[in-house]
Amino acid sequence: MSPLKLSRRQLLKSAGVVAGAATLPMTFVKIAQAAPAENFTFAYISDAHIQQIKGAQFVRNWDRGLIRAVAETNLLEPKPDFVIFGGDLAQLGNKAELDHGAEMMSKLKHKTHYVMGEHDYYLDLGEYWSKLFGPQHYSFDHKGVHFVVLNSVLTYDDWTFKRWPTAEQRMNEMAGLDNPNGSPFMVGEKQRAWLKADLDKVDKATPVVVLSHSPLQKLYKGWNFWTEDADEIQALLKPFKTVTVLYGHVHQIQYNQIGNITFHAVMATAWPWPYPQTYAKAKHMMPQLTVPMNRGDPFFERDATGWQFIDVATGRPTLSYNLYNNSVRTVGFNPKTGKPEDRAYQDPSKRIPPQTHF
Amino acid sequence: MNRRIGSALAVAVGIGAVTAAGSGWADEFTKQDQERWEKEYQTVVAKGRELWTSPKLGTNNVACAQCHPNAANTHPETYPKFQKQIGKVITLGEMINWCLRNPLQGKPLALDDPKMIAIEAYVAEERRGVALAPGKH
Repeated sequence: MSPLKLSRRQLLKSAGVVAGAATLPMTFVKIAQAAPAENFTFAYISDAHIQQIKGAQFVRNWDRGLIRAVAETNLLEPKPDFVIFGGDLAQLGNKAELDHGAEMMSKLKHKTHYVMGEHDYYLDLGEYWSKLFGPQHYSFDHKGVHFVVLNSVLTYDDWTFKRWPTAEQRMNEMAGLDNPNGSPFMVGEKQRAWLKADLDKVDKATPVVVLSHSPLQKLYKGWNFWTEDADEIQALLKPFKTVTVLYGHVHQIQYNQIGNITFHAVMATAWPWPYPQTYAKAKHMMPQLTVPMNRGDPFFERDATGWQFIDVATGRPTLSYNLYNNSVRTVGFNPKTGKPEDRAYQDPSKRIPPQTHF
Repeated sequence: MNRRIGSALAVAVGIGAVTAAGSGWADEFTKQDQERWEKEYQTVVAKGRELWTSPKLGTNNVACAQCHPNAANTHPETYPKFQKQIGKVITLGEMINWCLRNPLQGKPLALDDPKMIAIEAYVAEERRGVALAPGKH
């Protein structure tokens, strides 16, 4: 076990937080390197869905989720090297929502890298978001790991440019998760060409972490738990020894292993989503490997939401899901099985009733 | 008139009235009837879907579908059930009203309000084929 892999208790102690913080709700990611000095951590906050009611009024529930994640991320000790925001800062992509979300995010004491979500994008095709947060796809290197950020929520040009009479309607149509008028997400040919050129420069032994809003694997098309060109992207990632894809959008714990690629989803700070398996009419391809999050209790408005603490060792992220009204869940790569596993619940005999979804 | 004859007469008059209206026997419905009833039902389901995705059902623009795409995670087949947070056995309609009041920051509906019936119809329709499991948590 890596020296940086803090237990939750240690984490809370060192943060100087006592009773109230027994409900930290984030995903904290830790990546471990061959040389322990190169181990590092980062935090991952996602899917805040800041929603305007009118004027300066916003949905209080979603505001509270993000405010809490930011406050708790600031309390982390040791400090994370950076923070990822995984997309869907806004609900309907307008300036008021993005500004209000950016203001809350500005309280973060750490460097933050942003990923584009469809709720941020489809009003003005990311124009205002880019003014606030910069490019929609980019890469950076950190302590021997190559990070790539993609805008994976693009779709067919015909849908984006020709189908809707107004930008507002286009945004509304894409915002409904179960809306049959929506369109599948994709990275697209142009960005894939950029990705190929970017990866060509990277040594194949270098661990790669890809950050996207949608899964970069095909799980369930009906709710866009899906990326249309996932196979093409997986093919570009195939030559690398250690690859991890971290994604938002799905508002739930998911993990999977496809060949050399490990997939992890993160929680939303706003609200949880059902697993596609629970929709009686759905035909899905959800990973068998995933031990589901607990079923949310709607009477606790922050239940089944949270953020992530990520611990990186030997290039493999281990995610601690910090859930506001639930015990922490930790999922990391098990070198013995070659798959990501839940540290407590992977064995079917260890599972608890709230993990059964129907 | 004794009571027995009175009843018989009433029945005869009743049958006469039905026959006069040209509707045939009470239980001899036709394929057309079934199609009409299905259409009536689906109209209400569609109204329910519209309400489910509407930002105007509550007061804060939040729609039911935001947390419950395709009405998933609503478990209509488990009602009536003991809702531990309320402390008693309730119906689906009462749980819908809890959601209207809380996440949607709106007003509850009467249980026989056409809007409530439409929402219940939509939720049930999305769950079609799932076995009844009242009381299940």
